[in-house]
Amino acid sequence: MLSPPLWLLAELTYRCPLHCVYCSNPLDYHACDRELTTAEWIRVLREARAAGAVQLGLSGGEPLARGDLEIIVGEARALGFYSNLITSGVGLDQPRAAALRKAGLDHVQLSFQDSTRELNDFLSHSRTFDLKLAVARTLKAEGYPIVLNVVLHRHNLDHIEKILEMAQRLEVDFLELANVQFYGWALLNRAHLLPTADQLARAEQAVQRFRARHGEQMRIYFVVADYHERRPKRCMNGWGAVFMVITPDGLALPCHQARIIPHLQFPSVRDFSIPEIWNNSAAFNHFRGDAWVREPCRSCPEWQQDRGGCRCQAWLLTGDAAATDPVCELAPGHDRVVAALNATAGATRGPLRFRDDAASRQFIIEARRARHGR
Amino acid sequence: MNQLDSAAIPALAPHYRLQWEPAQNAHVLLYPEGMIRLSPSAAEIMRRIDGSASVEQIVVALEAVYAGADLRADVVEFLTVAAARGWLRMRQRA
Repeated sequence: MLSPPLWLLAELTYRCPLHCVYCSNPLDYHACDRELTTAEWIRVLREARAAGAVQLGLSGGEPLARGDLEIIVGEARALGFYSNLITSGVGLDQPRAAALRKAGLDHVQLSFQDSTRELNDFLSHSRTFDLKLAVARTLKAEGYPIVLNVVLHRHNLDHIEKILEMAQRLEVDFLELANVQFYGWALLNRAHLLPTADQLARAEQAVQRFRARHGEQMRIYFVVADYHERRPKRCMNGWGAVFMVITPDGLALPCHQARIIPHLQFPSVRDFSIPEIWNNSAAFNHFRGDAWVREPCRSCPEWQQDRGGCRCQAWLLTGDAAATDPVCELAPGHDRVVAALNATAGATRGPLRFRDDAASRQFIIEARRARHGR
Repeated sequence: MNQLDSAAIPALAPHYRLQWEPAQNAHVLLYPEGMIRLSPSAAEIMRRIDGSASVEQIVVALEAVYAGADLRADVVEFLTVAAARGWLRMRQRA
């Protein structure tokens, strides 16, 4: 029997005041012009909760851009969700933080781009560093547990000790050190963002020293830099196993990135109920089980551990979503990852591309031209 | 093993929530980024933690339900582990 979709991620909007160079939203996000309404989100929450969902992430874009966030949070609390606001902090002043707390929001994941104002503001192309510090203090005063999230890459890995100190000074409960994963805008900017193996080793040592000195008062999660690993990461604990994302325009996905796989038709919550999507849709069933698995995974003794890695990464790097994730040393496509790692030593990087509406519109036009063979 | 004072009063740590999940047919503990599915016996103990009952009172309450069983060692062991994992905070009676 299928286990329920325990974890629901509601991407409430693609609108965002930040322009991060590693944004995980799709390159063509600007094509999304019809966000789900309040009533549609409430129906999604009710159906998902009835189907067994319990953890709710409210994400985006910047979810605070939705004026109905308090209503959505209130409904989530009434239904028994444990809810998490995943935010840049922009728009989270004291009255709003208090209103969301009152509505029943359980915790907040606040992003920082770096421990320095200069790099934080440069990477997000926004003046937000001081505002984020103020938001962290407001959240603390309102009694929220705080997860501080920092995406790590070539330009800030050497600041890891300062990042740890900043998190400690802000008295956050959890620190998520998330090495950048190469999808969307991050893939576009990969040559700028890929760290060196030395940088990663030094950062991991710094985290170990910090843990030895300060214990587990602040829990630290470390998301590994998969390009530097010998084996791939497990896809969301399995495709369609525990996780469901709803995009701002209502598509249901097994992970943040899946809509990039072109031959899968992802169902919309405007057309189908959550149980219909989870149990019966072709897209959610596509990579369940092991009928789709090929060599070298099929006969691999480690298959159950990583399930061949990430389907989206396989698609992006090889053009075949059923291939072994090229991060794996045993994958036929592993040379793509090796080439990317080697290329970081070179000097040809091209311009850094910031996520913004103009750039997104450009991708939409280019994709249309490519489809029409021009 | 028995380091836990029987007069100590356990309370659920802030940010943790205990609730019944029909879909899991179990009680669960919810916290940022995670969920712990409790065994029936763990749930029986957790349900009696209200921030005012002492360890002693919890043992007595459980032994009243499960007559004849000596549950003290099991309850103390569970509470010790739960506190070490950060699910519970212990305070002494004022």
